Amino acid sequence: MSNIANGVEVPAGVSLPIYMDNHATSPLDPRVLEAMLPYFTDKFGNAASRNHSFGWEAEQAVETAREQIAKLIGASAKEIIFTSGATESDNLAIKGIAEMYRERGNHIITQVTEHKAVLDTCKRLEKYGYRVTYLPVKADGLIDIEDLKRAIDDKTILVSIMFANNEIGVIQPVAEIGKLCHEKGVIFHTDGVQALGKIPVDVNAMNIDVMSLTAHKLYGPKGVGALYVRRRNPRVQISAQIDGGGHERGMRSGTLNVPGIVGFGKACEIAREEMPAEAARLQALRDRLRNKLESELDYVEINGNMEHRLPGNLNMSFVYVEGESLLMGINDVAVSSGSACTSATLEPSYVLKALGLGDDVAHSSIRFGLGRFNTQAEVDYVADKVIGIVKKLRELSPLYEMVKEGIDLSKIEWAAH
Amino acid sequence: MAYSDKVIDHYNNPRNVGQMDKTSDEVGTGLVGAPECGDVMRLQIRVNPETQVIEEAKFKTFGCGSAIASSSLATEWVKGKTVSEALEIKNTDIVKELALPPVKIHCSVLAEDAIRAAIGDWKKKNGVGEIEALAVAAH
Repeated sequence: MSNIANGVEVPAGVSLPIYMDNHATSPLDPRVLEAMLPYFTDKFGNAASRNHSFGWEAEQAVETAREQIAKLIGASAKEIIFTSGATESDNLAIKGIAEMYRERGNHIITQVTEHKAVLDTCKRLEKYGYRVTYLPVKADGLIDIEDLKRAIDDKTILVSIMFANNEIGVIQPVAEIGKLCHEKGVIFHTDGVQALGKIPVDVNAMNIDVMSLTAHKLYGPKGVGALYVRRRNPRVQISAQIDGGGHERGMRSGTLNVPGIVGFGKACEIAREEMPAEAARLQALRDRLRNKLESELDYVEINGNMEHRLPGNLNMSFVYVEGESLLMGINDVAVSSGSACTSATLEPSYVLKALGLGDDVAHSSIRFGLGRFNTQAEVDYVADKVIGIVKKLRELSPLYEMVKEGIDLSKIEWAAH
Repeated sequence: MAYSDKVIDHYNNPRNVGQMDKTSDEVGTGLVGAPECGDVMRLQIRVNPETQVIEEAKFKTFGCGSAIASSSLATEWVKGKTVSEALEIKNTDIVKELALPPVKIHCSVLAEDAIRAAIGDWKKKNGVGEIEALAVAAH
């Protein structure tokens, strides 16, 4: 049975609403849920209980998960510290390293399109006397490795550069950064949240010292994350930011979220097995979406480098159409916009602005995040829907009309309000 | 964000979309807002020179759903009003009619500005402001 939603036919097999915002979070894989369920009920033990079978069972499950996660990134299980999620992992990594290595130096290097969990953590450290360099990015979203080289000085203790960006999916030259950091004897932390399970990650080949991870972006549960902390060559030490029972090698106290951790491990195991096929499939779907949109619409811009990019990410600006009005027209499709109107701060996306995009183009951006459960039929429906709404809104857009008449919008004196 | 039914209705079925000849003396054009701010409204009115009644109104808007609805509603409201009646439309009336949340009040302000700008343009073309000023001075 097909039906009509706002003028576009809904194909068989597509049910609305469609979720295409997998950078924000992803649905739980049913196989992950199945693995987790016993640990809510029968196997409820505290992994820190050393004197009975309930505790042993829970501990065993946690250790299995640690192995599964470590395997996905080429680490050893002992290097995985469990946290509540990536925001905590970023805080623990940056604050914990800053505190531990304070005598060695007070300089931290990061870059402008990092997640707020990194940027705001660095801002706080500035208040405590640390010096932070925020590297710019090029128009394609990548940092210039030469900028990083120049920024490192004898007081630099930490470089924190994300693996893949959450808005534009752009993958930073992590291996090059890691190599440089190791040559200079600087610790390299990367926020690996968007990369984990989507593209190959190898902490040794890439010289990553510390990496923030989370379960819910790779079809695992929310509320569980991890920090990879290198144990040798070099051994990285981190000051705990939460004090208590000394869990997780003293780096992160607190009773472990056993079902969550089991789910995280299972999600990593699945990702490791399915990544090559899944990445190829998602990239094909992403390119299909892009090609459809570009073939039907003019004044469409891709934001960020297309070559070094997560397979499921597409970030496009539909110039002369405002992002929130576009989202309103595709309200049976869950995507995100860089428009100010969709943000709590009423500012357009700082990531897109860092690429040098004008506010007007940032306002017109949509982020499509394709994931494991999206289908080709969904992509086709979303493409048709977006094409229809963009055309309709451009009929309404004075800017589109003026540009079509040959008027140069930059020559108009706009009354900013 | 949840939109009111009226905002959704104007978004889905915008009234009086289009443009009129802005060189015509009977037409006043208001272009307000800025692309960098995420909203630009163009509101046009065609005024009967005899009666000063706004007989036709057209708009185009780049902006969020609330901006589109505010300008669509503005065209509906100015139609049939005299120029001086239209100047009495306040942004708060638009807020109330469309049930706009606080973060969207600026959309209604922009719509009021667009009405004033269109009327201002028409007055300038027709020297109406000066006549009114003279009339005031004569009192």
